[in-house]
Amino acid sequence: MKYLDEYRDGAQARQFARRIARVTTRPWAIMEVCGGQTHAIVKFGIDELLPRLITLIHGPGCPVCVTPLEFINKAIEIASRPGTIFCSFGDMLRVPGSATDLLSVKAGGGDVRMVYSPLDAVKLAVENPSKEVVFFAVGFETTAPATAMAAHQAAERGVKNFSLLVTHVLAPPAMEALLAAPECRVQGFLAAGHVCAVMGCAEYEPMAAKYRVPIVVTGFEPLDILQGVLMCARQLEEGRAEVENQYARVVRPAGNEHARELIRRVFEVVPRKWRGLGEIPASGLRLRCQYEAWDAEKKFGLADHDTPENAECLSGLVLQGRIKPAECPAFGNACSPEHPLGAPMVSSEGACAAYYRYRSRAPAAAPTR
Amino acid sequence: MGEDPLWRMGKVDFGGIQKDVSLAYVPEANVGDYVIVHVGFALSRVDESEANAVFEYLRQMDELLELKEGSP
Repeated sequence: MKYLDEYRDGAQARQFARRIARVTTRPWAIMEVCGGQTHAIVKFGIDELLPRLITLIHGPGCPVCVTPLEFINKAIEIASRPGTIFCSFGDMLRVPGSATDLLSVKAGGGDVRMVYSPLDAVKLAVENPSKEVVFFAVGFETTAPATAMAAHQAAERGVKNFSLLVTHVLAPPAMEALLAAPECRVQGFLAAGHVCAVMGCAEYEPMAAKYRVPIVVTGFEPLDILQGVLMCARQLEEGRAEVENQYARVVRPAGNEHARELIRRVFEVVPRKWRGLGEIPASGLRLRCQYEAWDAEKKFGLADHDTPENAECLSGLVLQGRIKPAECPAFGNACSPEHPLGAPMVSSEGACAAYYRYRSRAPAAAPTR
Repeated sequence: MGEDPLWRMGKVDFGGIQKDVSLAYVPEANVGDYVIVHVGFALSRVDESEANAVFEYLRQMDELLELKEGSP
């Protein structure tokens, strides 16, 4: 397909890898902050093409993975109510809550449905006026425009039996929280291209200047990621700390102003707890009070609980980039995609699932498909 | 749904599979354009003039390295 295949060319990829090796003279640790990039890096073996001096650290870029246990439990609580249709992206259904998961609620007779878009959930609400339809709105700035539109359309059409359980998070505050941590190893960032397609590049400027860290807005295809690494390595070698845009074919400097406008109208920025990172100031989105009739937490009067994470699962350390998935004792033993202990083993964008799928088994044992 | 651009939909072909996608956020998109789609929403129109930037970067860097290595 046009605009996909050409960015996966093996010969060009090796050219990029050679250039990276040529410019790199010292060890550098670069973090990618998008689950899609993590997946591509492990799937295509991009990390294995790079010189040993460059370490890629996988950041907290998987939206399903960073959603705290409290919200999974709230989703399960709502989905278990009679007369409710609970809608979610597929990845969320198998994420373990404290006691069960959404798929088990469905197996037990709950009406839990996988949808492609939040607008599908609005449509379900219109078609099922006697049911409460709730959409689990998980994701970064990339997904927020879709959720904002669902809230806007439900309000415009007066769809009263529809509501949103919103756990949207913002990427830059999490990157800054990682940089501010004393044990931070990150020296450069590949920022998530599709987040920036919505939000633009300007919000990274103060962070690059304050922490003296290069930030390269990067796409998702192998050549995009390799070029992002090359641009980042050149900055590090030359002592520069700038915001650069590798993904200009998709990302405009100001982002998508139409999407940003609706996000501003529908949401306000609030502190949010992240799995593995704790509470980060101004890192989440919540529906503004004009939209509280569509806020599932208010509608169903859900209380906040402080919920302990599973001690056996080290996903917090994985999400901070402090360990690689295979360094977790549970990886591949107590924890697998069939029996996940934590979200990064469930989601297709999760680092644990990517390593399990592409790295953990010997080639002979790999399934032949 | 009337004239409101926030309700504008369009058909997007994903390598043979067609889906209805919201075009609310890409009012500039026309028939034949390539768009980036996420959960049913087109978020950005692919800029053809930037599509070769990846390959040009590699070429320019080669020239730069040759220049550097060629000079004393």
